[in-house]
Amino acid sequence: MALLQISEPGQSAAPHEHRLAVGIDLGTTNSLVATVRSGMAVVLNDELGRPLLPSIVRYAADGKIEVGYEAQAHQASDPKNTIVSVKRFMGRGLKDIAHVEALPYDFVEGEGMVKLRTAQGVKSPVEVSAEILRVLRERAEASLGGQLTGAVITVPAYFDDAQRQATKDAARLAGLNVLRLLNEPTAAAIAYGLDNAAEGIYAVYDLGGGTFDISILKLSKGVFQVLATGGDSALGGDDFDHRVFCWIIEQAKLSPLSHEDARLLLMRAREAKEFLTLNSEAPITARLSTGEFVDLKLTSEIFTEITRTLVQKTLGPTRKVLRDAGLSPAEVKGVVMVGGATRMPQIQKAVEEFFGQEPLNNLDPDKVVALGAATQANLLAGNRAAGDDWLLLDVIPLSLGIETMGGLVEKIIPRNSTIPIARAQDFTTFKDGQTAMALHVVQGERELVSDCRSLARFELRGIPPMVAGAARIRVTFQVDADGLLSVTAREQTTGREARIEVKPSYGLTDDEIAAMLKDGYTHAAEDAYRRALREAQVEAQRLVEAVLSALKEDAHLLTTLERAHIEACLAKLQAVMLGDDRRAIDEAMDALSKATVEFAARRMNQSVARALAGKKVDEL
Amino acid sequence: MTSFDLNTARQDYFSLFGLPRSQRLDVAHLEALYRDIQAKVHPDKHAHLSDSEKRLAMQWATHVNEAYQTLRDPLRRARYLLELAGHDVALEKNTAMPPQFLIEQMELREAVAEAKEAQDLDRLDELHRRIRKEIAGEYARLEAALDGGRYDEAAGLVRELMFREKLFQEIDDALAALEA
Repeated sequence: MALLQISEPGQSAAPHEHRLAVGIDLGTTNSLVATVRSGMAVVLNDELGRPLLPSIVRYAADGKIEVGYEAQAHQASDPKNTIVSVKRFMGRGLKDIAHVEALPYDFVEGEGMVKLRTAQGVKSPVEVSAEILRVLRERAEASLGGQLTGAVITVPAYFDDAQRQATKDAARLAGLNVLRLLNEPTAAAIAYGLDNAAEGIYAVYDLGGGTFDISILKLSKGVFQVLATGGDSALGGDDFDHRVFCWIIEQAKLSPLSHEDARLLLMRAREAKEFLTLNSEAPITARLSTGEFVDLKLTSEIFTEITRTLVQKTLGPTRKVLRDAGLSPAEVKGVVMVGGATRMPQIQKAVEEFFGQEPLNNLDPDKVVALGAATQANLLAGNRAAGDDWLLLDVIPLSLGIETMGGLVEKIIPRNSTIPIARAQDFTTFKDGQTAMALHVVQGERELVSDCRSLARFELRGIPPMVAGAARIRVTFQVDADGLLSVTAREQTTGREARIEVKPSYGLTDDEIAAMLKDGYTHAAEDAYRRALREAQVEAQRLVEAVLSALKEDAHLLTTLERAHIEACLAKLQAVMLGDDRRAIDEAMDALSKATVEFAARRMNQSVARALAGKKVDEL
Repeated sequence: MTSFDLNTARQDYFSLFGLPRSQRLDVAHLEALYRDIQAKVHPDKHAHLSDSEKRLAMQWATHVNEAYQTLRDPLRRARYLLELAGHDVALEKNTAMPPQFLIEQMELREAVAEAKEAQDLDRLDELHRRIRKEIAGEYARLEAALDGGRYDEAAGLVRELMFREKLFQEIDDALAALEA
């Protein structure tokens, strides 16, 4: 056989072929999309050169959907149909949402997740978020001149399974192929670490519009290892605005406000907060619909005083993550500040005092997450260049468990476990002849089920009748690299298997997503079939490239017969992939995937053996 | 799913990393090996490949994580070694503990409860540090027992350490609750 060129495993065999991949920071207040261009991560601006997209969606009565600045302009005049900070509602029930009474929306209690009634019907937070993501996808496709291979979407590290699942659903609904859900502080650490060749223990303090994350990472030789993460998924810059808003009402002795006036004053409150970053006092003026005139001055001292408890609220989780990581503040080499809310001087001061060092502010706190996500997206899409390689080891933020007798939680996977992770636990029957078992999956640190988040309930049926305690039901939790959970249950004793894949109840089924996509495309006059076909073609192309590159590197792992079979499947796929028969493409892809399972396993064996031996091993 | 392999990851966690079966272990060395393997098998390295390769990557990475977590943590490592040695730890059933140990634990528990009641952060912190130190000493004894093949003694130490670790965890939770 002729000598073949061998590239680094995982590296693209055709380096000229740059796959279009983006990182998206889906923020509470603002969202951004970034990509890697000529080796540099850059934020993609809109046609007016603006990098940020306000995370605001307006469902106008005339059927128009406005996103971003356009929607922002209407937030005071049409508050009910203009959804701001929708991220706070993702994967959340009505009872989870703070200050519901102050919000102008017409909430509808949905199954697991709250929904909003707008001029265009009832919308779920997933659909609202999908509108934001769709605008960013279109911005990226226009800017990069092609269809995206995939996207990395960032989520707060402290997001639970429900919130993550909702985010992933939103991305799928927006027509994005999700390469990975990436934790925001981890994304920031990648951007910071790669830029500064940082080594050692770093803390990332990320205070966004609506969420707070604190992560401790160990950076060494191209590995970003998250040691512990914590936070508060309902604490952010918005809460500071709300404090100022309450202060205004109290100072100006205002009677109950209309939704329009409330939104106006919240905007003024935010402006005052931002003004105080560089000034010692901020004027607040507004004319209300009642004719009342607000004219106040907010000083830094008062602002610091009225938000003191909020700042303190970030330090509890900060202490906790350090304890989880077994570290003291002095052992932290640097504190990377992320999120627009960290611009507030009182935050800077509190972090500096806690860690005994000046925090690192040399990256734009609004952009760093998107830039890190873009860098990771580029890597995941297979665009990496030689030497441009790193490994990211992240953790699950909250423990996962199952309800046992008496409403207690049996933890199965503890918080801060490195993902992916799988754990199994055996359960048994309570009564003689019991043939079914109800399982309740929860997430959280508390001992009582009622204090944890309920993720899913499901029933395992078909357990053979036995005396109580004889059956062995093995429940397996698997958390994937996105931090998403799947649960399977299996009866063991008789060899008869009953298996169930659980999808959390708040998640959307594939059918629901398909239906929503179809609706969306009918409105947008885009042909759903053509888009699905194009996606299958892109997917097929990816698979062909992957297999070709694998054959080029490792054909020696196959017998002549095996190789011929793979090549035949490959040829079949190549023959149909440019046609417009989607089913034929799917079938050919399926066949090729099956044909390469064993090959993939051998390749993996080889690379593990090489990693351990530190040198090339020819045979296993 | 039949494909997960390398002779099903070399049968046990020690041989996966090519390490001897021993409680004494250079954690930094283990970590380096772990990172080297994870750098090959992690799902992020296979995100652009076929679904079968992605699934395989998840199986591998999951297994390697479990192996690393088990070996890195001295208590889990000890329990794993006892299991490999065919020595039934009988952790749930055999709870006869030395009376002196139990008295000491009760006193510590009371001290923790009092500090919790008084919301005394500094006192809790102090207890936290003290127990951490005691635990470290206990692990040194455990290592000597296990690597010397004294499995009964090792099993006893494992049981004591489980008590201590649990108390340590409780202080941790109390601290977290006070700080929240």
